[in-house]
Amino acid sequence: MRASALLHSPLAALIGRRLALGLLTIFLVTVLVFVATEVLPGDAARAVLGRGANATRLAALREELHLNAPVTVRYARWLEDLATARLGHSLVNGRPVSVLIGPRVVNSSILLAVTGLIGIPLAILAGIAAALWHGRRADRYLSIVTLALAGLPEFVVGIGLIAVFATLVFHWLPPVSMVAPGASVLTKPEILVLPVTTLVLVIFPYLFRMTRATMIGVLQSEYMEMAVLKGLPRWRLVFVHALPNAIPPTIQVVALTFAYLAGGTVMIEYLFGYAGLGQGLMEAIKARDIPIIQVIVLLLATVYVLLNVAADVVTILTTPRLRGGRTWQAM
Amino acid sequence: MAGNVSAALRGAMRQPVTGAVGRGGWRTALAFFAQPSALVGGMLTATVLIIVMAGPLVAWNSPVDFIGAPFELPSAATPLGTDIMGRDVLARVLSGGTVILSLSAIATLLGVVTGGALGLTAGYFKGTIDDLIMRLLDVLLAFPQTILALLFVSVLGSSFTIIALLVAAIHAPQVARVIRAATLKVRGEDFVEYARGIGTPSFWIITREIAPNVVGPLLVEAGLRFTYSIALIAGLSFLGLAENPPAPNWGLMLNENLIGLPQNPWPVIAPVSLIAILTVGVNLLTDAYAVWSTPRGGGGS
Amino acid sequence: MSLSAVRVDGLRIVTANLSHRLLDDISFNIASGEVLGVVGESGSGKTTLGLALLHHCRHGLAFGAGVIRVDGKNLCAESTAGLRRARGRLVCYVPQDPASALNPALRVGTQLAECFESRVRGGNADLLELLAAVKLPPHPEFLDNFPHQLSGGQLQRIAIGMAFANRPRLIVMDEPTTGLDVTTQAHVLDTVRRLCRVHGVAALYVTHDMGVVAAIAQRVAVVYAGRIVEIGPTARVLEDPAHPYTRALVRAVPDLSTGNPVSGIPGQAPEFGADERCCAFAARCALARRACGESVPAMVAVAPAHEVRCLRCEDRETVPAQAPAPVAWSERPPPLLVAQGVRAFYGRHEVLHGVSFSIGAGECVALVGESGSGKTTLARCLAGLHGEVAGAIEFGGEPLPLAAGARSAAARRRIQYIFQNPYQSFNPRRSIGASLATTLAQFERSERVEERRRVLAALDRVALPASIAGRYPRDLSGGQRQRAAIARALITDPDLLICDEITSALDVSVQAVITELLGELQRERGLAMLFVTHNLALVRGITQRLCVMQAGRLVEEGPTEDVMQRPQAAETRRLLRDSPRFAAARSTPAVC
Repeated sequence: MRASALLHSPLAALIGRRLALGLLTIFLVTVLVFVATEVLPGDAARAVLGRGANATRLAALREELHLNAPVTVRYARWLEDLATARLGHSLVNGRPVSVLIGPRVVNSSILLAVTGLIGIPLAILAGIAAALWHGRRADRYLSIVTLALAGLPEFVVGIGLIAVFATLVFHWLPPVSMVAPGASVLTKPEILVLPVTTLVLVIFPYLFRMTRATMIGVLQSEYMEMAVLKGLPRWRLVFVHALPNAIPPTIQVVALTFAYLAGGTVMIEYLFGYAGLGQGLMEAIKARDIPIIQVIVLLLATVYVLLNVAADVVTILTTPRLRGGRTWQAM
Repeated sequence: MAGNVSAALRGAMRQPVTGAVGRGGWRTALAFFAQPSALVGGMLTATVLIIVMAGPLVAWNSPVDFIGAPFELPSAATPLGTDIMGRDVLARVLSGGTVILSLSAIATLLGVVTGGALGLTAGYFKGTIDDLIMRLLDVLLAFPQTILALLFVSVLGSSFTIIALLVAAIHAPQVARVIRAATLKVRGEDFVEYARGIGTPSFWIITREIAPNVVGPLLVEAGLRFTYSIALIAGLSFLGLAENPPAPNWGLMLNENLIGLPQNPWPVIAPVSLIAILTVGVNLLTDAYAVWSTPRGGGGS
Repeated sequence: MSLSAVRVDGLRIVTANLSHRLLDDISFNIASGEVLGVVGESGSGKTTLGLALLHHCRHGLAFGAGVIRVDGKNLCAESTAGLRRARGRLVCYVPQDPASALNPALRVGTQLAECFESRVRGGNADLLELLAAVKLPPHPEFLDNFPHQLSGGQLQRIAIGMAFANRPRLIVMDEPTTGLDVTTQAHVLDTVRRLCRVHGVAALYVTHDMGVVAAIAQRVAVVYAGRIVEIGPTARVLEDPAHPYTRALVRAVPDLSTGNPVSGIPGQAPEFGADERCCAFAARCALARRACGESVPAMVAVAPAHEVRCLRCEDRETVPAQAPAPVAWSERPPPLLVAQGVRAFYGRHEVLHGVSFSIGAGECVALVGESGSGKTTLARCLAGLHGEVAGAIEFGGEPLPLAAGARSAAARRRIQYIFQNPYQSFNPRRSIGASLATTLAQFERSERVEERRRVLAALDRVALPASIAGRYPRDLSGGQRQRAAIARALITDPDLLICDEITSALDVSVQAVITELLGELQRERGLAMLFVTHNLALVRGITQRLCVMQAGRLVEEGPTEDVMQRPQAAETRRLLRDSPRFAAARSTPAVC
């Protein structure tokens, strides 16, 4: 299709609408974060300096934080700062936020990337295999185990793994995953093992069950029966007929899994002492370091929203029906 | 009147009607628990519930008093040893589930009822009301749930009420979304159209026609939300944002005693196992119910 | 007799746990180039039979016994690889619903080309030739379409093309024209006939529609409760059936040519499975004797190539007195409902363009049209169920608000609406009696005792036993549910009943029962009716007036007999011409 035709197609309109909705959501997210961190806690200055602070220092801090301006002005100023990447300074040690969270972003990304690279193909392949062996023993056992695993909170899984592999039963792995502040996690790769394993176990059940259910639905559909009745060879049935129908819903679930990971690593990082964004957030919360709280929450929430939007867009692109397309004149 | 009925129709009266035997409560309950996952799930959940409810009554040591050195191994006086502050682990474990369970139950109830009502309303009335409700809820849904909880607990504090309201607010949008989808589906069915056609007021339609048919998905969501409530509330305590330290609390115990895992593992193993058993049990029950309440696909001719 | 291309002997299909036999003792031959029609109602096992000829059965079923020989090869003895080779080349299948039988993620061309795998790779030339053979545009662009971009008729032709691609010896067709409009159906049948003749292909045509069978099959097998009860040349079997069930079935089929009122079959067909102890039809048979309940009758020949499974195949029951013909008046009764310039919209799209007509008091008016003609939309507008509507409606002399919500309670109780789909019209969480009581309570406050009496009276009027009141919708069959829906409509003592294709989802024999009931109600209560249907043959037996719709307009209106004998509009003529006729084909065998 020519580029201009592509831009004006109903497909582009649909995707454009979804992107616009995503942007609106991000905007609303900023409002919520602002309200929560700047407006609600009452006197932020007092919260930082503590009860015993004297009046002059309070007044000075209030001036520095622009706490005396009206709310909307403060919000606009804050938004403008963010947009120009002026992320502010830590209230605890005065260093720029960008410097403090930079390495953390890298570490969290590494954690997520490794988890994704291992966990997602594992779960999808297992789901497809279970669907192909539907009803047989392997499928049944896997389903039961997954069902039990699905309800467990992530820190429970993590503690269980620590107990078994690091502390009580075996001593193969380090029980905590700490590195020197500012250093990259890749310098000591063995500390990644337990956190990644925990996260893989946490994302496995949902992805596995969704893939399996989708694949079973496809395999039991009428068009699969028709393909069987055409006498097509087995490989063709699975790869040409089944998978193209099973993949789009699966991609959506993958995007949602990533979205979940973006927000769900806090507990794991805290548990393992892993120097990522989640741990950074917990420390900032303890210290009431508002600028850092704001930036990290916004970052995670934005990534979450974008991944959800990506999931929707992928669904639109891969479903021929939703793409529209002219219909031939009926005979 | 009966005399006018033709032969064909009269003959139909002779035929027995096929169908389910009875709808008695006992029978359905028995059929439900005949499923292995329901049985196992029920037993696991019941075990933990008994421990939580009877625990505080049975414990003979006080859960907050210091009775020994930190991280002592199990002995006659302290069957599970002592924790980081030298308190009796068993007593703390027996009393540590009450808050988590009651908070989870209340938060789930609040969230499911609110979300259900919102979903029903949005799904039935459609149009502007639907858009308004769902857009507002979408903002909450746009946040990763843990981050949202952390943000507000750190700002508002961690009292019982705040945590209950917060977790309920986290659940409501998801429940609303599921119930809205179910409502839309039921609303499109002919019997709802018929009820509107004969002039039934909207309120009766929602409560008498639609709500009973949405109960299935609602209960499934409630089960899933309950599992998640436990995970979130225990998790918040684990992160150090417990409801009322130093009151006994399983999550708090994990937070405090992880450091002493090599010396005395019990202050960690005991609460973590109970949390695990509870969540697995509720999850199995929910899943069994979901499978059981979905009608099997009909066979063709 | 030419060498049989297909021989089936003693085929038996059982449930996987061996508890029931879905099909038993199925034996027949099909000659090369011949079409064998398989007629049966739901639950008879005809679809299972069709699939079995490809040695395929659905989940939960298994092959019990029997031999299936196609071109000498026994499919039941083939290895998996051999079966795969046979399917698509020796035996092909045309599904009932092409929209769900074609893979939505693959282009139509890909799915067509797959059929050619074994021969020279299905090049474009072969594919275009195939398209031309089934009268589809033979352009390469057409092959690039996805299934959702094509119409039902086009998809079905593609399915037929896929089946004929490899010139198989046997083609199994499972109700391939269900859901198509009559003209497309006529074209599709024509295509099938031609291809069978040209390529000498044997065909098994499964259907519930006697008219279609009469048009396409040289021989017909009637299936009831998993067994073949009669098999023989179509003309003979339909003209003078030897089995009581076939005779009852023939009487239940509405006949476009004669317009005789239909009569249904009392009782209910067994849910599924062949009875091993006795004749399955004995419970409903007028000729049943004690011997029929003791053992399963064997097939006996009553004429060359005509066999019957009945102990009393020589006898004929006395034909029951036919229901009286529809009421006829010398002049039209006063109008009960008058519609003026009704226009309806879906968003900005106008679907009804100013329809005006009237229904007289106690009169039964038929509203006929193909799908998409707007007949259901019009019915819904009259019932007040369609939101975006304009125009004027008068009821009983008073203006009637267009939306149901705006109408008075009196108006709402006097006009009642019955839906097409019997499986959705009742709240699954309420018993039938409670649903009826709720409707009554909407209009009247009455004591529990009185309420119960009215509910039971309504159920009795539609010949449903009192025990139904306590049952839930899922316990009832489609026909029973539809009757319960009629009872629910009657309980408010209405003046006008709007029946929206209420028999389309039901078997022929059940349809006849409902039609009879409606006729009785009209006679006894002077109930006016708007009978919406796409089946022209049905209307002749019960309606006084006929309205024909096309593309949102009323193109013809008049007394039923007049319109059918002297159709004015082109649409009416097309419907009359293309609807499969039963009686005419009975005397002239289908040419192939």
